[in-house]
Amino acid sequence: MRPDKIDKLNQIAKKLRKDILLMTAEAGGGHYMSSLSCVEILVSLFFSELHFDVNNPTDPDRDRFVLSKGHAAPALYAIMAESGYFPVEELKTLRKYGSRLQGHPVLHRLPGLETSSGSLGQGISTAVGIALAGKTDQRKYRVFVLLGDGECQEGLVWEAAMAAAHFKLNNLIALIDKNNLQISGPTDKIMSLGDLKAKWEAFGWAVLRADGHDIRNLSSVYKEMKKIKNQPIAIIADTVKGCGVSFIEHNLNYHTAPLTDKELNNALNRLK
Amino acid sequence: MYDFSKCSHSRNAFGDALCELGKKNRDIVVLDSDLSGSTKTIKFRNAFPDRFFDIGIAEQNLINIAAGLSLSGKIPFVSTFAIFGCGRAWEQIRNTLALDNLSVNLVMTHAGLSLGGDGATHQSLEDIALMRVIPNMQVIVPADSAETKEVIRYAAETTGPKYIRLSRRRTLDIFEINNYKYDPHSYPVLEEGSDISIFTNGCMIRESLKACYDLKKLQISAKIINLHTIKPISIKSIIDEAKKTGRVVTVEEHSIIGGLGSAVAEVLCQHKPVPLRMIGVKDRFGGSGQVDELYTKLGLSSRHIVKAVKEVMKKR
Repeated sequence: MRPDKIDKLNQIAKKLRKDILLMTAEAGGGHYMSSLSCVEILVSLFFSELHFDVNNPTDPDRDRFVLSKGHAAPALYAIMAESGYFPVEELKTLRKYGSRLQGHPVLHRLPGLETSSGSLGQGISTAVGIALAGKTDQRKYRVFVLLGDGECQEGLVWEAAMAAAHFKLNNLIALIDKNNLQISGPTDKIMSLGDLKAKWEAFGWAVLRADGHDIRNLSSVYKEMKKIKNQPIAIIADTVKGCGVSFIEHNLNYHTAPLTDKELNNALNRLK
Repeated sequence: MYDFSKCSHSRNAFGDALCELGKKNRDIVVLDSDLSGSTKTIKFRNAFPDRFFDIGIAEQNLINIAAGLSLSGKIPFVSTFAIFGCGRAWEQIRNTLALDNLSVNLVMTHAGLSLGGDGATHQSLEDIALMRVIPNMQVIVPADSAETKEVIRYAAETTGPKYIRLSRRRTLDIFEINNYKYDPHSYPVLEEGSDISIFTNGCMIRESLKACYDLKKLQISAKIINLHTIKPISIKSIIDEAKKTGRVVTVEEHSIIGGLGSAVAEVLCQHKPVPLRMIGVKDRFGGSGQVDELYTKLGLSSRHIVKAVKEVMKKR
C-alpha cells in the first residue's frame, strides 16, 4: 500500500477514535476500550479491502462484514458514518431511546448492518450461513467477521469454525481482535485460550498473524490471504485494548466505566 | 365419530411437504442436526442434496447458520428434536431469529412424552412455553398429517420466525390430505358440544376425542376444539367459546406451566373468566415407557380428561 494511502487511513483511524470517545461519553456508556482496539482493522477493511457500495447496501454481490464482537458497536457505527451510511452527527444518538444506534447492533434499526449481534459467538455462526449461501449460489462475495479473543471462549465459535472447514468456506475470513483482556481480567487468567493459532489450524483454518494497529501490515496480510485458496482464513491480530489513548491502554478499570470530562478532554488532546 | 384406526406420522407429511415445496421454489433449503432419518428431512436430502445441510450435533450453530441463509435470501426449514432445538439453541432463536424477525421455520419433532423409551432428557415438555415467550415467534401445533402439510406450505409463504411442533407418534387423521385449508385465526371444531369446551392440539386430540365419546355416555356434551395456533392466539375465538359453554378444559402433551393451558388461561382471566382445568404434565420430567403407559401415569389419558370435565361441571 502506498505511503500516502497509509497516511490517509491513519488519519481516518484518528478520526474514528475521536468519534468513539465522543459518542460513548455522550451516551454515558458503551464499550470504548473494545472499540478502540479494532479501529485499524475496520479502517483497513472498509477503506481498502471490502467491495461494497454505500448507495447499494442490498447488492447481492457485496462483500459482507459481520461484527461478531457486537459490543464494539461504537467502532462499527463510527466507520459506517465515516463511510457515508449515515451522517456523522447521528453518532451522538448512541444508546439513546429510539436511536438507530442501539447499544449492540440491531439489524432492523440500521440499514447497512448484516445481522444483529452482541450475544458472543452468534455473529460468526451467522457469517458461516451467509458464506454458505454464497458458495451455494456461486456468488463471488467474501464474508469478513470480526471476533474478540474473549469471545473465543464461547463453544458456538468452535461449532462455527468446524462447519466452515467442513463446508470448505474459502469465502470466509475471521479476524480476531486479540487484545488479551476481558471484563474480569486478562483472558489468560480468566479462561486461557491456550495456543489460539494452533486451535484455528486444528479446526481446519489457514491462520495468519497481524499487527492489529499497523495498517501497512494489515494490508500486506490481506494480500497474503488471497494466496490461500481452499480454506477459511483466520487473521489473529495483536491489539491493545483502549489503543490510542495511553492512560487507558490495557487498563481493566476502563472497560465501560465512562471517562470523566477531564479524562475525555485529556484523551481528545492526545489524539490531535 | 372419528376412526381411531386411521392414523399416520405427521413427520412423513412434513418430509413430503418439503419435497413438494422444494420442487416449486429453489430458495427452499433444509437444515438438520444429524437426525434427518428421524425428522424425515431425509426425504428432502435425497431429493435435493445441494440444498440440504446437515450441521451435525451442533444445535446453536444450526440455528445461526439458518439465520445466515435466511439473510441471504433463502427460505430455511430447520429440524431436530424439540428439546435440543428449542432448549439448547433457545438464545440463538431469541437473539438472532426473533430479534431480526427472520423467516426461518423451525419444525421440531419428537416433542412431548410420546418420544417414549429414550426418556426424560429427550422428552420436551417445555418447548411451547420456551417458544411462545419470545416476541415475533409464531407457535403452531398441527393436528395431523393433512394439517402439517398445509402449515408447512403456509410457513414457506409467510414471513417471520415460526415454531412448528411435531411428535414421534402417529396422530389421528382428522383432516383430508390436500383438501384442508389452514387458517391461523380459526380453530376447527372437531366435535360439537354444549356443556364444556375442550381446547387441545396435536397428539392429545386422540385422547380428547376418546374422552368426548366417553362423556357422551354420561350425558355430558363436550366440544373439542383444535387450538393449533398458540401464538398469535385468537383471543376472540377463545372468548366466544367461553361465552358459549361457560366451562373450559385444556389438554396438552406439555407441562401445565407456560403452554396451551397457560395461554388460554391468560386470555380467559383477562377477558372472560370461567371455570378452567388444565390437563398436562404436572411440572415433572417424563421417563422411559410405552406412550400409553406414560400418558396414564402422568395424567394425560382420556380418563384424566373425563375426570377433569366432571370436576368443572360441578363448579357451576
